[in-house]
Amino acid sequence: MTLPDATGHFGPYGGRFVPEALVAALDELGEAHRTSQQDPDFVAELDRLLTTYAGRPTPLTDARRLSEHVGGARVLLKREDLAHTGSHKINNVLGQALLTKRMGKKRVIAETGAGQHGVATATAAALFGFDCTVYMGEEDTRRQALNVARMRLLGAEVVPVSTGTKTLKDATNEAFRDWVANVETTHYAIGSVVGPHPFPAMVRDFQRIIGVEARQQCLDLVGRLPDAVVACVGGGSNAMGIFHAFLPDADVALIGCEAGGDGVDTGRHAAPLTAGSPGVLHGARSYLMQDEDGQTQTTTSISAGLDYPGVGPEHAYLRDSGRAHYRGVTDADAMAALEVLAKKEGILCAIESAHAVAGAFQWLSEQAESSDRVVVVSCSGRGDKDVDTAARWFGLVTAEEVAEAELVRAHEGEQP
Amino acid sequence: MLAMVEGGVDAIEVGVPYSDPGMDGPVIQVAVDAALRGGSRVAHVFDAVREVSPRVPTVVMGYWNPMEKYGPARFAVDLKAAGGSGAITPDLIPEEAQPWVDAAYAQELAPVFLVAPSSTDERIATVGRTNRGFVYATAVMGVTGARSAVGSRAEELVARVRAQTDLPVGVGLGISNGEQAAQVAGFADAVIVGAALVAALRDGGPARVRQLTEDLAAGVRR
Repeated sequence: MTLPDATGHFGPYGGRFVPEALVAALDELGEAHRTSQQDPDFVAELDRLLTTYAGRPTPLTDARRLSEHVGGARVLLKREDLAHTGSHKINNVLGQALLTKRMGKKRVIAETGAGQHGVATATAAALFGFDCTVYMGEEDTRRQALNVARMRLLGAEVVPVSTGTKTLKDATNEAFRDWVANVETTHYAIGSVVGPHPFPAMVRDFQRIIGVEARQQCLDLVGRLPDAVVACVGGGSNAMGIFHAFLPDADVALIGCEAGGDGVDTGRHAAPLTAGSPGVLHGARSYLMQDEDGQTQTTTSISAGLDYPGVGPEHAYLRDSGRAHYRGVTDADAMAALEVLAKKEGILCAIESAHAVAGAFQWLSEQAESSDRVVVVSCSGRGDKDVDTAARWFGLVTAEEVAEAELVRAHEGEQP
Repeated sequence: MLAMVEGGVDAIEVGVPYSDPGMDGPVIQVAVDAALRGGSRVAHVFDAVREVSPRVPTVVMGYWNPMEKYGPARFAVDLKAAGGSGAITPDLIPEEAQPWVDAAYAQELAPVFLVAPSSTDERIATVGRTNRGFVYATAVMGVTGARSAVGSRAEELVARVRAQTDLPVGVGLGISNGEQAAQVAGFADAVIVGAALVAALRDGGPARVRQLTEDLAAGVRR
């Protein structure tokens, strides 16, 4: 049976918990998505963009020094960090941009956490000539100032959101409010496998190319399927994208790594599948972090892209069915993995992706005999945006140097 | 709420504070944030309903997750016991609402779903069949908050609702003064005002709420 069902449910999860005003637009989008999948011109145009613009297929890198580091297991990195704009987000955005054009709309809006989806959306908007507004939590605009500048350079309007927790969750609320008011001219390009039907299935369909490529590349390189596929999970789009092609391969373990923050047992984390409960947020039923009154709880993670209290409904379904396994990876473990990957392979990955690298290390260490194992890890994004955070975390620059650099920057800003 | 009763309100909608009010504009968002920071709990809504329902009918306005977490059946029982008449659920559509509709019907409470200018006639008919009490028609496409003019599509929407159901039709979203209330009352059965009253309470306390209610009530009865 293929999921979701006709009404957008993955078992008890998914569905549509939205204002009535959005139902017509969701129906229109679902229909556009369905017909486009059977339209050879659409499929060819998306394929052309993915190849000639986004740089697909992305390579599967045989991380040999990393393999040595973990005692011989073969670690293969799916290099979404090498895609245009620096993460897997471009796959989804190019698909949704084509759908926007198909529906005759001229404006796209998006929410963003780390800024990767915002940058990808701003990029596609520039390419297609759309107006673009990106909602970003005020706290995240500070953490990811460089990405704010990138979006503005690309011609997008970036709106800092100062309500609620001032992070991705509130940026998403604000994007929904914009959409309700402007739905006739505007497409809301949701950045992950979350939201009301058809978004979780549609975004998965645009991201599943990651797994389709990785599966074949692994067969070509190693001659067999991997023992495990590991990806980080915030909303869960890179994970759903790389997992999907492996779902029928029952012997391939699927491991999703949520943001464990200070530790899942401390309560300060962003790991709804590991430590949350089922509920409704942002248009769908899934696992989420909520208190006993159903109020959404504050999340904690060093990674802005994973700092989200909900998760895509298909992950909730895969969790309950046991087909995929989810774990929390702490800030400290993720940052340690980020450093190992940088020093062993010369790859500076996004902090989000570092959660997957750390999760792969953990999974391997739990195997009785790991040296003949093959693990595919989704390197979902590159770490340029995180250098500032990493420099502070590792103490690569002193507090005085940071203060001095900011002073110089502020001073330069005053020059005519 | 007593100021509203004194000002001549016909029914009161009591909101349940929720951390992610996707249908609400800045005025209600700020109010909700303050309420939650002040320790407001879901069950407090029943105290509020109990307070005013002997004077005027009350309906609760609640986003779905807190109601689901409370338990649809338990919510309906407690709302009925407090004297409430029903609940407006802005992020719940009939397709996903069976547990709530069953619970509300069992307590003879009115489930109130919304219709919007973008709703198809078929969907309006479904809402008309499922609702009890009245149909909530949103005057504009958008979130709560005062607007300078009532959307021109409100009247057309009300006519479309009347073609599908005999239930009374209330119009809300953006109405903030007696003038607009009079205009809407010309084609609808009820005028629903939220953010303007919250803003009045913020700016001038109960006295201002009473004043605005009098203005609105006079407009409706013009």
